[in-house]
Amino acid sequence: MSLQKPIMRGLLAKRLRFHLPIAFGIAITVALSYKFGVTEPRKKAYANFYKQYDAVKEFNAMREAGVFESVRPSGK
Amino acid sequence: MLASRALSLIGKRAISASVCVRGAHGVAKVEDYTLPPYFDRRETPLPEVAYVQQLTPEQKSLKEKEKGSWAALSNEEKLALYRISFKDSFAEMNQGSEEWKSVVGGILFFLGFTGLVILWQRKYVYGPVPHTFETLYKEQELQRMLDMRINPVEGFSAKWDYENKQWKK
Repeated sequence: MSLQKPIMRGLLAKRLRFHLPIAFGIAITVALSYKFGVTEPRKKAYANFYKQYDAVKEFNAMREAGVFESVRPSGK
Repeated sequence: MLASRALSLIGKRAISASVCVRGAHGVAKVEDYTLPPYFDRRETPLPEVAYVQQLTPEQKSLKEKEKGSWAALSNEEKLALYRISFKDSFAEMNQGSEEWKSVVGGILFFLGFTGLVILWQRKYVYGPVPHTFETLYKEQELQRMLDMRINPVEGFSAKWDYENKQWKK
């Protein structure tokens, strides 16, 4: 039997040539989709929340509900 | 260096002296269990011992022929020599089996059995849950969380409509 001599060298390089671009592509895609799917909406949500935030009004509402220990409800 | 040289001199003389002293006994017989075991593994392609230790007369003559030119060996003889040294070929040792089905079945079976055991425990071993799990208590907890404005931006209180005192649609 005279088989063809198998490939003896460059096996890792061959594998990397194929898999490394795929790995980088997937990693970058995941990072970008997380940035634009999660962090950007979150930043916008926080910005919008604090645009119309009245801290004193919220404080008084919480005080009346009785969740604070330093101030009691105003008793009105 | 000097010490090892001196030791090798003494050692050689000692061995020859002991062989002479014991007569014609020489080396002890090699038992099967003293040899390293034979493994067919992809990671170690050349096991430490040959597969067949006790050769038949035909195999012995084949081993003698192996000492000559390998081009003179026929294909069957080459295969026979391979099978003397090794048990399975790489293709044979790498082939999969159906064992995984039994393994998965066993896992699922014992998971199910564990579920039954836990159900029995819940009924016959554990006492009652704390009072903090009662419905009224849970409603008071929920109201307090809304009063404290837990996660008002994206989470819990963000979904509550404080004007109309209901969940946001």
